[in-house]
Amino acid sequence: MTRLSAAFHHVWPIFKREFAGYFATPLAYVFIVIFLFTMGAFTFYVGHFYDNGIADLSVFFGYHPWLYLFLVPAISMRLWADERRSGTMELLLTLPVPLWATVVGKYLAAWAFTGIALALTFPIWLTVNFLGQPDNGVILASYIGSFLVAGGYLAIGACISATTNNQVIAFVVSVVVCFLFTVSGSPLVLDVFRAWAPDALTEAVASFSFVTHFTAITQGVLDLRDLVFFFSLIALFLTANIVVVDLKKGG
Amino acid sequence: MIEIEGLTKRFGPMTAVASLSLHVAKGEVLGFLGPNGAGKSTTMKMITGFLAPDAGTVTVCGHDIEADTTKAQALIGYLPEGAPAYGDMTARQFLSFIAEVRGFKGAEAKARVAAVVEKTELVPVLEQPIETLSKGFKRRVGLAQAILHDPPVLIMDEPTDGLDPNQKHAVRGLIRDMAAEKAIIVSTHLLEEVEAICTRAVIIDRGAIVADGTPAELLARSRYHNAVTLTLATAEAEGASAKLKTLPMVAQVERKALGDAIRLTAFPKSGALLIEAVSALAARENWTVKELYAEPGRLDEVFRAITTSDAARAKAARK
Repeated sequence: MTRLSAAFHHVWPIFKREFAGYFATPLAYVFIVIFLFTMGAFTFYVGHFYDNGIADLSVFFGYHPWLYLFLVPAISMRLWADERRSGTMELLLTLPVPLWATVVGKYLAAWAFTGIALALTFPIWLTVNFLGQPDNGVILASYIGSFLVAGGYLAIGACISATTNNQVIAFVVSVVVCFLFTVSGSPLVLDVFRAWAPDALTEAVASFSFVTHFTAITQGVLDLRDLVFFFSLIALFLTANIVVVDLKKGG
Repeated sequence: MIEIEGLTKRFGPMTAVASLSLHVAKGEVLGFLGPNGAGKSTTMKMITGFLAPDAGTVTVCGHDIEADTTKAQALIGYLPEGAPAYGDMTARQFLSFIAEVRGFKGAEAKARVAAVVEKTELVPVLEQPIETLSKGFKRRVGLAQAILHDPPVLIMDEPTDGLDPNQKHAVRGLIRDMAAEKAIIVSTHLLEEVEAICTRAVIIDRGAIVADGTPAELLARSRYHNAVTLTLATAEAEGASAKLKTLPMVAQVERKALGDAIRLTAFPKSGALLIEAVSALAARENWTVKELYAEPGRLDEVFRAITTSDAARAKAARK
């Protein structure tokens, strides 16, 4: 317990500063407005939410991984690249905080921020409850799944942001890597592997797909395997993030 | 309090710091000098645990910086080069963040921030975002951040860079006031700063120590140490120059024209004290002396004599 409180004591100030940092600039507001606008546009105009005549939010959630693909790297790109460019990295890493706590604190702040943006989509939940009787258990599971997808993208983006001091490079590379994780379950990618690779490898590649795991959750089943997938992916990339920051301090 | 042994850092083929050893005790203010690229900042980055050395150790108050990083860092106040800070935070928010990271809570954190704001005279800009502050205030925010927890070890990379003379004076006063209780390392390009605040000066060149002593000891290495300069009317100067050369302790006399006057500098043989002999001679000969003073020595001359310029280094590298 004391170890846990010591860990919290290290992570909390980092988290707080980073989180407040989003709202110190217009970044947070611009992001939230664009996030809500694109979510709405896709759900109502591209997904024909009303015309479907079904009281659920599967159309809404179906677009999440694709929107996150661009919106989440926009959040994560500055996470480390900005610290490196402005020289605050040297300040941050010479404060008496273990490196892992700094990485985790910054990451959790970014994740909490996307969580707030996601939570602000609640009017659509109100709408669907007003129009019919949806299964709110499924909707809750879908929100949790969506939050995990965002967390996965963020961990990838944070790690990539640590490799450069250029935010544009961080953004573009993050989008590409996140894209690979998004489509790895689709025929586009799997056909490439099926041609030559053993089935086990093809299945392994498919199992890295965010969409596959997310779709499973949006069916209303919070399977432990899907949760383990997201949490271990996040842990993996945060570990990589720690290693990258440590290795690249010199330049 | 700071023990550095055999510290080495390489960047690719270049050796930035080459087996540097240094001990700094409580009460010492060590001026860290050297040309740009000599390895000053790299050394400071290793002392504070930002960069990992390729070889050697740094111990801060008994804590090894690599094995015991967090404990050692808690005892260090560090002002990195350029005094980086989060530009979108106000000075107060930034200092409160530092206080919290350093483990101060509630009333104590507030008191710490208030004390340090008072010391560094940040009151008028406390509620402004740091990115809108002038260079002088930014530097003082960095300084405030470094001394907030009253650390026993203070490492400052060019603390007065970009400050005007008044601000420099204030910062130097601040450093002097803290000196007795701390071990301080200050890197600087300003040689007058070394004379103003340092109890010890270390000059490094190409990653290695080339001089280590009190500022007075370094000054004694200057050709100008104990030399005497006097200014006379041009008419008198010719004869005076010849007379000065007859003094037994004078090795050499240099002259420089100043309009209708000439400034003569008499250099002593092996650091002997000349001023008494020269002033006696001037009285005897009844010269109308406009200026007469003994030179303490010139640090910049010592600095140039024992370090290599970056141009010379580039030339050496090409060969």
